[in-house]
Amino acid sequence: MNRDSAKKIYKALVRSRRFDEKVGELYTEQEIKCPVHLSLGHEGSAAGVCAALETKDKVWAGHRCHAATVSKGAAFRPLFAELYGKATGCSRGKGGSMHFVAPEVGVMGSSAVIGASIPLALGSALAAKIRKEDSVSVVFFGDGGVEQGTFHESMNFASLHKLPVIFVLENNDMSTATRLSLRQANHDLWKHAEQYKIPGFRVDGGEPQEVFNIAQKAVSSARSGGGPTLIEVMVERWAAHVLTNAGYKPVTGKKDPVSNFEKFAKEQGFLTEKEINEIKVSTENELTDALIFAKESPYPIPEELNLHV
Amino acid sequence: MSDHKREIRYKEAIAEAHMQSLEKYPNTFIMGPGVADTTGIFGTTKPAAEHFGPLRVFDTPTSENTLTGIGIGAAVVGMRPVLVHARNDFLFLTLDQIINQGSKWSYMSGGVLKVPFLIRAIIGRGWGQGSQHSQSLQALFMHFPGLQIIMPVTPHDAKGMILSAMESDRPTICLEHRWLYDKTGNVPPEYYTVPIGKGRIVREGKDITIVALSQMVLDAEAAALELEKDGISVEIIDLRSLRPLDTDIILNSVKKTKRLIVCDTDWKTAGASAEILALVSELAHGTLIAPPVRIGNADTPTPCTQALEALYYPNADTIVSAARDTMGVSSVPRQPISDVSHKPFSGPF
Repeated sequence: MNRDSAKKIYKALVRSRRFDEKVGELYTEQEIKCPVHLSLGHEGSAAGVCAALETKDKVWAGHRCHAATVSKGAAFRPLFAELYGKATGCSRGKGGSMHFVAPEVGVMGSSAVIGASIPLALGSALAAKIRKEDSVSVVFFGDGGVEQGTFHESMNFASLHKLPVIFVLENNDMSTATRLSLRQANHDLWKHAEQYKIPGFRVDGGEPQEVFNIAQKAVSSARSGGGPTLIEVMVERWAAHVLTNAGYKPVTGKKDPVSNFEKFAKEQGFLTEKEINEIKVSTENELTDALIFAKESPYPIPEELNLHV
Repeated sequence: MSDHKREIRYKEAIAEAHMQSLEKYPNTFIMGPGVADTTGIFGTTKPAAEHFGPLRVFDTPTSENTLTGIGIGAAVVGMRPVLVHARNDFLFLTLDQIINQGSKWSYMSGGVLKVPFLIRAIIGRGWGQGSQHSQSLQALFMHFPGLQIIMPVTPHDAKGMILSAMESDRPTICLEHRWLYDKTGNVPPEYYTVPIGKGRIVREGKDITIVALSQMVLDAEAAALELEKDGISVEIIDLRSLRPLDTDIILNSVKKTKRLIVCDTDWKTAGASAEILALVSELAHGTLIAPPVRIGNADTPTPCTQALEALYYPNADTIVSAARDTMGVSSVPRQPISDVSHKPFSGPF
């Protein structure tokens, strides 16, 4: 951890937090006409992990993909335009909230089927291995993903081939509204790593600096041929599984990755009050600009229906 | 293309397509259970495995769904992977990845990301392959936008269409009938492609159009020779692709012959043959002067015993008899011809 990485983490935290707070606030206007799964409370995971990555590294995610996409560095404009179904959206309005892409910063897409994007990350990791590139692939998924065959099949394959892939398991204890205790026999999810002979860690998502430290080790191992790592990040989901028309009423859980990290970074001298303020202001400016852009952008023309099949 | 005539087997044509695509495109690799084992999927992946080694041709765990996802993920970042299944039936394990992910990744990303991915799978038949080693899944996959489905019949088309698929930016499923594997035909040694989405007129005729898929094309050819004896002139269309479907080649032929028989390697219900009949009734309504006929497998799972297998599958005689009925020609008893329509598949597996 140094000043640069602290800044990267904090910027990702603030951008992810404000992005989803704004989505929650605007959802009641009923102009965002697609289901949204907010990352509020989860941000410590993606912010910590992505700060350990470079642009060339690939990220894949699940339906709750906002924080991962934003933390990897995607601009707000195409994301908001996508939520508003506009032609200027990251997927020209054809993907929506659950399928954000930003290949220019390594976000290769997200799947709305639980656990389905796990093997996709192995694909980009395998590509790196075959091409002898040193890029790392990361997949973000939830505790529900562990219940799919793809998780176990992918852990085995990645370990067998020592693929440069990092499995980031965001455990929020909920699959829609069903607790982990009703779904799985082994609640130490990180320990699944052991049977596949790969390193496994559990870390508190409320402490993004801890997430970053572990991610950095995992990235460095993956980049140097050491193979995959499983990181279980304990997070809280502050919003409902999917937003309703009532929108999002701001709540703060027991652990808040944004304020925790802000305090940590200030105490450690990694960030000054001025820098913190600059990040907050630039985020608000980016939000305002992106919203105007999204609202003023045109809808796709009818011909778009048949394009890109 | 040279005039050089070289007869090789279907499976050798596939093997050659793999060799040439791996040579030409450094981003190509082949994976699947058994692709690099001693038999190499009936020899189709063996030369590539021996020549290119385990980084580009490798055996895998039997995790079909995850392997499909790995192929998709690799394709999205610019690779051109090939995944091979020794049987069609295993594709059921991969439906989420093929349909929910692979077929939609381009559309869901507004065309920013592409999935150039070839999945090969073999249709088994005979020697007691039974219910889970002999299905034929073209109807299932042709339902979904975003996929390409090919069923090459000749060694020439097997090579050329596989090479087309390797150049395509779409996910392609190639369904190969096991009975075609040892058939020989002219295959130019050089690299060439056969377009996906174009059917082939196997023989021209004026009385009946037979639209056939995969192995059934060979049965239709045998039937056509027999029907000549009755003075019935058969036009045979080898569709080659089911998605995209060559609508024009079907409609043009039906407008000429005014009679239609569709021969599929699958069941009839909600099958490719049903789709083709629907197409003709929508786009060439009133053209037919006799009821169209679908020929497909019995409406049961595939039995193992040869005694029931013989009843389950249609053959050249089934086609001859359907064509005579369609033409209103009274049945004259003849020697069955189905045994000469192909060299019977011999086991063991």
